Amino acid sequence: MTQALTPLWEVFIRSRSGMPHRHCGSVHAADATLALQAARDVYTRRGESVSIWVMPSSAIIASDPAEKDELFEPTGTKIYRHPTFYDVPDEVGHM
Amino acid sequence: MSDQDTFAFALALADDTLVLGHRLSEWSSKAPTLEEDIALSNLGLDVIGQARLFYQLAARLEGKGRDEDKLAYFRDAPEFRNVLLVELPRGDFAFTMGRQLVVTAFLHPYYAAMTRSTVPDFAEIAAKAVKEMAYHVRHSAEWVIRLGDGTEESRRRMIAALDALWPYVGELFEMTVGERRLVASGAAPDRAAIRPDWDATIDRVLREAGLSRPTAAQNKTGGRSGRHSEHLVPMLAEMQELARAHPGATW
Repeated sequence: MTQALTPLWEVFIRSRSGMPHRHCGSVHAADATLALQAARDVYTRRGESVSIWVMPSSAIIASDPAEKDELFEPTGTKIYRHPTFYDVPDEVGHM
Repeated sequence: MSDQDTFAFALALADDTLVLGHRLSEWSSKAPTLEEDIALSNLGLDVIGQARLFYQLAARLEGKGRDEDKLAYFRDAPEFRNVLLVELPRGDFAFTMGRQLVVTAFLHPYYAAMTRSTVPDFAEIAAKAVKEMAYHVRHSAEWVIRLGDGTEESRRRMIAALDALWPYVGELFEMTVGERRLVASGAAPDRAAIRPDWDATIDRVLREAGLSRPTAAQNKTGGRSGRHSEHLVPMLAEMQELARAHPGATW
């Protein structure tokens, strides 16, 4: 089948209640219903999932790799944004 | 109700699901898409899993030392008790999906009824299997709808598949004398009582697919008494070859 008949869908699965859906891969399918079935058949065979999302890959707006310098480089020198300079009192416990 | 009746009943259910599962497994690496290849294997493994449970139960009921492998791999075609519908070659994708719908639109309500069997072993197997069948109906129905209401080519193939399948539908609802005794005792569901459920599912899917129900000119039957089509022998030859060449092999 051609790409036009079976476009690409991104698959997200939630492994347990309370956890976020995580991207796990993609499937080709003719429509949303079949994409959900394909995602179930391909990505949840070993009991990985309690919930599935699929979405058209074409709906994703992605950053341009050519712009990575301006988008991501500037954060490299701002180490003060990492919350590692604070002493956490023992009473706070696990954070 | 006798042990012989329950053994024969468990064996027939096992043969139905094993042969259907083997036909589904023949799609491995040959399906139209990667996704559907995996899906067909999943469907096959579901029914082969059911077959194992029914064979294990049959082996216990028989009590002659034959285990599930002996029953599956060391009987010849005339000893198999599956309906003819499941042994027909896998055909094209439309045929496989059409058959899966026809069979599981029956098995889903049938297993649901079997969860109320007076024999706990049957009720337990049915409780597990009924959820699997719900998905089989859903998966195959979505494909029948899309093939029937798809392109000219897919529609032509779906119609041809239904025409080829329909003569074999009646056998799903037939019961042997022994099975009728099990129905009377509450051990087995009444196949005839499943018909309205089956009709409703099939009619809903065909309506959505824009297809009409074929009219079968004849009713092909005989599997329950071991009178099989010419297709079962070559299928068993392939399925049983490894177990017979290396009895007791493990990996």
